[in-house]
Amino acid sequence: MSIYDIIFYLFAAITIVSAAIVVNTKNIIHSAFSLLLTFFGVSGLYALLGADFLAIVQIMVYVGGILILLLFGVMLTNKITNVDIKTGVLNVIPAILGLGIFGAILIFIVTSTNWHVEKLVIPKTTTKMLGNLLLTDYVLVFELLAILLLIALIGAASIARREKKEI
Amino acid sequence: MEVGLNHFLIVSTALFSFGLYAIVTRKNAIMVLMGVELMLNAANLNFVAFSSFGNFGINGQLYALFVIILAAAEAAIALAIVLNVYKTFTNVNIDEINNLKD
Repeated sequence: MSIYDIIFYLFAAITIVSAAIVVNTKNIIHSAFSLLLTFFGVSGLYALLGADFLAIVQIMVYVGGILILLLFGVMLTNKITNVDIKTGVLNVIPAILGLGIFGAILIFIVTSTNWHVEKLVIPKTTTKMLGNLLLTDYVLVFELLAILLLIALIGAASIARREKKEI
Repeated sequence: MEVGLNHFLIVSTALFSFGLYAIVTRKNAIMVLMGVELMLNAANLNFVAFSSFGNFGINGQLYALFVIILAAAEAAIALAIVLNVYKTFTNVNIDEINNLKD
């Protein structure tokens, strides 16, 4: 049991336990903060796989951007007159049954397949290689993503705009 | 036991199932968005795991980067729509938003 395995199990436990809290708690603020822990756990798993740039981008974009956006959404769409915000659930038993079977089948397929696995090779630092690939092999995707982000920015700003009342 | 590809895939499968459970079960629209983010993270973990273990160079990490970018754009627009829905219905429970504009 090397130190790599111990750290992997630690991050996997953080990720899965906080994902379970996200989907099971009634208080939506608790679930937003457990989502924060899940993102940190996934970022740790990326770092264990040698994706250092991706781990930092995950923290910056998901925790620092998307989670804050989700919290804004929670605060702006619930009437916060009392302290706790509770949400309801529906179809719990069929969902647990169906998704339990689905997850079990998927795990069985995943573990019984003979993946063509090489030994884990951790490259030195990935930032320079990612930058190179973005501008040589994947330049079309890069440009399209830039245009898509522009469209998303304009679209989101114009959808959520406050209407001025005509007098 | 030595940590291999299967361990990462099991974590990714569990995250995916939890995300799908959140989408199916929860009533609040923001909770559904959190479920979508969990599923996207699970798929990303899959990409990066295969990229490291399968001798694909660094392409898997690049695809995961693209997925993160798209998830950010989609979360922004989805939340703008949810805010608009709240303005119209004063309620974001997805089973009470059931009439189109009259």
